[in-house]
Amino acid sequence: MTATFLAWSITASQILLGVAMLCATWRMVIGPRAQDRVVGLDTLYINAMLMLLMFGIQTGRTLYFEAALVIALLGFGGTLALAKFLMRGEVIE
Amino acid sequence: MLKVTSESLLWLMLALPFLGSLLSSILPARKRNTAGILAGVVMLLASVVAIGLYSSISEGSVVRSRIPWLPSLGLEIVLRLDGLSWLFAALVLVVGFLVVVYSRYYMSPEDPVPRFFAYLLAFAGSMVGLVLSGNLIQLVFFWELTSLFSFLLIGYWYHNERARSGARMALIVTATGGLCLLAGVMLLGKIAGSYDLDAVFLAADRIRQSELYLPALGLILIGAFTKSAQFPFHFWLPHAMAAPTPVSAYLHSATLVKAGIFLLIRFWPVLAGTEAWFATVTTVGLCTLILGAWVAIFQQDLKGLLAYSTISHLGLITLLLGLNSPLATVAAIFHTLNHATFKASLFMAVGIIDHETGTRDIRKLSGLARYMPITATLAVIAAGAMAGVPLLNGFLSKEMFLAEALDLHRESFAGRTLPFLATLALAFSVLYSVRFIHQSFFGPPPQDLPREPQEAPRWMRMPIEVLVVACLVVGMVPALTVAPLLGAAAYSVLGPNTPSYSLAIWHGFNAPLVLSLLALLLGALGYVLFGKRLNRQDGTPLVGVFKGRRAFETVLSLLIRGARRTMEFVGTRRLQPQLRVLVLAACFAGLLPFLRYGYQGGTKVGTPLDPAFALIWLVGGICAVAAAWTAKYHRFAALILMAGAGLVSCVSFVWLSSPDLALTQLLVETVTTLLLLLGLRWLPARSRDLWPGSRTPWRVRFRRGGDVTLALAAGSGIALLSYAIMTREMPNSISRYFVEHSYPDGGGRNVVNVILVDFRGFDTLGEMTVLAIVALTVFALLRRFRPAPESVRSPEQQRLQDASDDAREGRERGDTLADYLLVPRTIMEWLFPAIIVLAFYLLMRGHDLPGGGFAAGVTMSIALILQYLASGTRRVEDRLRVHPLRWMGSGLLLAVVTGLGAWWFDYPFLTSWFRYVDLPLLGEVPLATALLFDIGVFLLVIGAIALILVAIAHQSIRTTRRRPEPPLAVKSGEEEA
Repeated sequence: MTATFLAWSITASQILLGVAMLCATWRMVIGPRAQDRVVGLDTLYINAMLMLLMFGIQTGRTLYFEAALVIALLGFGGTLALAKFLMRGEVIE
Repeated sequence: MLKVTSESLLWLMLALPFLGSLLSSILPARKRNTAGILAGVVMLLASVVAIGLYSSISEGSVVRSRIPWLPSLGLEIVLRLDGLSWLFAALVLVVGFLVVVYSRYYMSPEDPVPRFFAYLLAFAGSMVGLVLSGNLIQLVFFWELTSLFSFLLIGYWYHNERARSGARMALIVTATGGLCLLAGVMLLGKIAGSYDLDAVFLAADRIRQSELYLPALGLILIGAFTKSAQFPFHFWLPHAMAAPTPVSAYLHSATLVKAGIFLLIRFWPVLAGTEAWFATVTTVGLCTLILGAWVAIFQQDLKGLLAYSTISHLGLITLLLGLNSPLATVAAIFHTLNHATFKASLFMAVGIIDHETGTRDIRKLSGLARYMPITATLAVIAAGAMAGVPLLNGFLSKEMFLAEALDLHRESFAGRTLPFLATLALAFSVLYSVRFIHQSFFGPPPQDLPREPQEAPRWMRMPIEVLVVACLVVGMVPALTVAPLLGAAAYSVLGPNTPSYSLAIWHGFNAPLVLSLLALLLGALGYVLFGKRLNRQDGTPLVGVFKGRRAFETVLSLLIRGARRTMEFVGTRRLQPQLRVLVLAACFAGLLPFLRYGYQGGTKVGTPLDPAFALIWLVGGICAVAAAWTAKYHRFAALILMAGAGLVSCVSFVWLSSPDLALTQLLVETVTTLLLLLGLRWLPARSRDLWPGSRTPWRVRFRRGGDVTLALAAGSGIALLSYAIMTREMPNSISRYFVEHSYPDGGGRNVVNVILVDFRGFDTLGEMTVLAIVALTVFALLRRFRPAPESVRSPEQQRLQDASDDAREGRERGDTLADYLLVPRTIMEWLFPAIIVLAFYLLMRGHDLPGGGFAAGVTMSIALILQYLASGTRRVEDRLRVHPLRWMGSGLLLAVVTGLGAWWFDYPFLTSWFRYVDLPLLGEVPLATALLFDIGVFLLVIGAIALILVAIAHQSIRTTRRRPEPPLAVKSGEEEA
């Protein structure tokens, strides 16, 4: 019973995360401002990280958590670089 | 292990010059004494080794040493020492030592002498390698090395235009010959069935009867003739005289040009003995002999005279080799030796004249004997040997030559005219020798010399003295001195066919002696009659119109122009057509098998659709298409969308169970985004509207439509292809082998990593090198980077913010920057150690679990770049020691040393070793030498990424510095001064 419940809830959360990713992508595509796109990308990264964690729970293997760790620790770097670029016109000064 | 055998001595003799070259090349440019001593000691040691090896070959035996090179192709590196190669190796090394001593005093203190000695030693090493080669391919390899190092030596004074063009000409001619030689020996190896020299010797009869004999002969002869400056390829040699005189003394007496002669002698047992050989080699030799001697007479430059005389003497040796007679071959070997001794000493004497008087023009020189009596005496003796005066070594080989020329009892035109032509050429040789000596050393004292002449330093004369003594001793008591060496060399070429001959001065009053005396008389008479007129002669009569150089340049410019035309015709600099052709070709190649066999899906049943995965792919697809759509007019948006597509591919890797790839790709995605953003700053401003006002023309619409069609075709083609493959059973591929053997053989559970650092370690090493080269290239290009004019100014945002800072009360310029992103900046700074820990974690566990040197290196470089991003270039470089070049260098070195370490334990290069070690605190830790290799990869990757990104980042500082300084600062500086 619990196993079935778990399986269903994992699938449901995966689909919901997927829909969230789709929404973030929508924002990335239509904008309208560059700032909106950057925020969209950041959301996409977070959702993808959660998706990876869900996949790890589904398969029961911790091996996939490494990728989630990398997104968690370094994924914000890209967002920050984009933000800095918008603000100052160059990334490193 | 350190037992001294003849074989290990062979390797020592080959390695010593290269080792010395390496050491000399890292000396500072001003250490001329250190470099001189180093080169001298190396040459002396190598010479001693060579002389010590004489006993092992004197009985006609051959010393061989083999190591496997490419065993799968049956190639081995073979060192093979017999009488002939011993003679040449000893000649190269002993004359090399003398030249080193001479150069130490010849080269001026302003020249970067260590570089000179590095080239010279490497050249000597290549020559030794050439003569010791026991494998045809190896022989060509060293042959090309000699071309390369002679190019560097001739062009040593590269600030001089003549040296550059002379070096280039020598390289083009000799390297083209080298290519022909390669093709020739490939044919030879094909006929003989092996590239091993001994096997080729055994197959001599088969080779001569083969259909491929003529092409092989032609190609090998072109190689030999270009190297030995034989007509019609002789023109490069006089132009190579722009080299420093010691180089000429070395290259054109004992070494470079003798390489061609060596090749002819080496292959004499295999290729000679046919009509084709006789006809080609004698004709070319005779032409070169007479032409060289004739042109030498009319030279006004001393070195030019010697250059043409060298060509002529090389022609003589070639002619002897072409006669198909064993005795003539002995004479050829003998004359090679003699020519090396007297020509080296003459070049050195000319060098002294040039050094002490400042000119080499034969018309300006006169009566130098009273200023430099010793040099004059030495030069007179050496020139006597060149002219073939009795009691000197040149006389002996000349007599043998004349005897052979008379012996050619052929009822042909060539057989009857040869003695006369030979005598004529020898008379020419006497004429230019006498002219050289009389003009420069005798007569009235010289006038208007650039410098007051005086005797050369003691040690500069020493090499000439040694060589001249050799000329005298060999000339007077040949049987006691040179006979055994010559005998061994001749035996190694001719084997049991070695003729009996006697090296004596007096053979009775016979025909050769008469001809010889006649030549001496004619030559002297010619000088008495025409000596004065020669000084007024400009250019060479009769043949002066044929300029080898002009022909060479015409051919070269035709080639270059043709290549440029072809490039214009088939090439384009625009990216779009290139991509179009590439994609079209790929589509076509992919289509071919399906056109032939038809398309059908496989039999495997597809997996059920995972809804989450489908959603993720939908996201990726939207991102990719949108990125392509916005790429031209919204770079920033395209970049963001690309990051989205990249992320989706990483998630897919996880879904399809390759966590290792996903991890690495995620890291690479981050770096890529940073790199593109850094570059975005310097791109030229985007063009607003390509087709303003009116609608897009039909032509453009048509092109774009075509491109979309092509893209769709390529994409769906790949999809169909993948479907066809994935619905079939996987063939038994190599991946299963790796999965099965990674733990037992490589000691790691992470198959990808074990493949990278162990199974395919050598490939990884190559890739590391490529990465290092790419990083260095990017760095070098960026140092000369000139941005588009509109992006030179600081970006608009910064100007606005600075203006606002300036305008407001109580704020200074840069305050906005300081306030901006304060929280994320602090987080980034604090995360620095955390990311480093992640990097080390990835590095340490890489052998068993996802991670490894590459992933760790990228992580580490992200940590570094985040610091740059947070605090700015100046602040970071104040606080951290950023030395990407050192990191790269040490990484590469560590990887190579780890690989070499396997040799220490008698395993092949890059064999890995592993064991589990119990460490305190950490418990049982797998320890493999592969980890050391991985650390090398780690260091290199950090270095390469940091080098590229930091180099781009530095562009911002560069432009600010180049902006005009406020005039105030300049003024205050002046006042202080």
